[in-house]
Amino acid sequence: MADKDTNAIRDMGSFYQRDRAWHPPAFTPQYKTSVLRSPQHALLSMEGTVSEMTGPRFGHGQLGPLDNDLIHNFSRDGEPIGQRIIVHGRILDENGRPVPGALLEFWQANAGGRYRHKREAYLAPLDPNFGGCGRTITDDDGRYWFRTIRPGAYPWPNGVNDWRPAHIHFSIFGHAFTQRLITQMYFEGDPMIWQCPIVSTIPDRAAAEQLIAALDRNNTLPMDALAYKFDIVLRGRRSTLFENRMEGN
Amino acid sequence: MVQKLDMLKETPSQTAGPYVHIGLTPNWCGIDGVYPEDLGRVMVGPQAEGERITVTGRVLDGSGTPLKDALIEIWQADAAGLHNSPVERRGAADPHFSGWGRQPTDGVTGEFRFETIKPGRVPYKDGRLQAPHITFWIVARGINIGLHTRMYFADEEAANAECPVLARVEHKVRVPTLIAPRSEGKDGVAYTFDIRLQGEKETVFFDV
Repeated sequence: MADKDTNAIRDMGSFYQRDRAWHPPAFTPQYKTSVLRSPQHALLSMEGTVSEMTGPRFGHGQLGPLDNDLIHNFSRDGEPIGQRIIVHGRILDENGRPVPGALLEFWQANAGGRYRHKREAYLAPLDPNFGGCGRTITDDDGRYWFRTIRPGAYPWPNGVNDWRPAHIHFSIFGHAFTQRLITQMYFEGDPMIWQCPIVSTIPDRAAAEQLIAALDRNNTLPMDALAYKFDIVLRGRRSTLFENRMEGN
Repeated sequence: MVQKLDMLKETPSQTAGPYVHIGLTPNWCGIDGVYPEDLGRVMVGPQAEGERITVTGRVLDGSGTPLKDALIEIWQADAAGLHNSPVERRGAADPHFSGWGRQPTDGVTGEFRFETIKPGRVPYKDGRLQAPHITFWIVARGINIGLHTRMYFADEEAANAECPVLARVEHKVRVPTLIAPRSEGKDGVAYTFDIRLQGEKETVFFDV
């Protein structure tokens, strides 16, 4: 109960300004699709109002038992081909506090680098036992995990010979709509990360490195699956402690 | 050297890419049997309070071409101006209205469509009331970080005129990019909200 009260107070402060230099800018000509899809005016900066500091919340009751198991949640007549892996980590805010109750949704290509999508034209085959989507909600410590197969690299129409490094897409809801984030996870040791026009939209190498999951042998399941650890940081908010004191409390 | 602040950096954004539907609206893109239905598809329950409205529109690139691979989420207050969120401190929102919707733009026409209700007014940080609005968040291939904007209602002229957020738009000529016209037809009340990523009538986007 005390914890809930503490969280309630934490959930009232305004959010730290987003560090836009840490994120990719809108206009990144090496990623050609961004050229016509990038706003050219400056964003209108505004401290969040109730409209953005609230957000939808999702319950464990909305999830099915296989939602975090991409090896089994689309299975038709067996298991998908590929390197079995576990992806796990924590959702934290910029203050380093865990974010419990966060909804994570993830999607990816199969082991051959092929997505199950009608617009996908890569010649690698679909895997009849792999759908490529999953979701989970963080526990009280902000932890999550899911089981999947390692996705393959694939070519994409940008330059005539551009390839995406193996990656998993993540969508995250924190507690406020202003924390909404979509990103991609890459795999430790992949040389293709640093050849990718989409990774290179991130100006700072240290920021891009924040998207590379570490091989985590301590959480590997022996004779079953390798493990990768991927922590995600959402925007943090001020403590209201100072603000209350300034009002003379 | 000084002491460290011990703050973490926010995880950087990456584009949602062309296959965002696999993760966020799998049933819509033909991946069935994994989830019973796509999250955010239905916002309004039969007993929800307020005026039923439809919001449709397109997301247009700098050439005026509609995006056929975008995904839009909206978030809004209920008819009384309360959010269906555990961090809403002002009272209990209508339990029959989720306030959150998620829709792809159509793969052929590029049109998006939300069935929702007209929201009530929500206070600004100093207590003044904002005009009724719906928060939009747009992601797609070629968009490196999700875009935040707001839709206001053309029939709320008086409230729009005193809205402290609209008042912050320095170039008044750009305010109409945030205001959706209303129409009433056989299918009920509809608002049309086109979002322009670039060009002469580029929509106002927020860093919020």
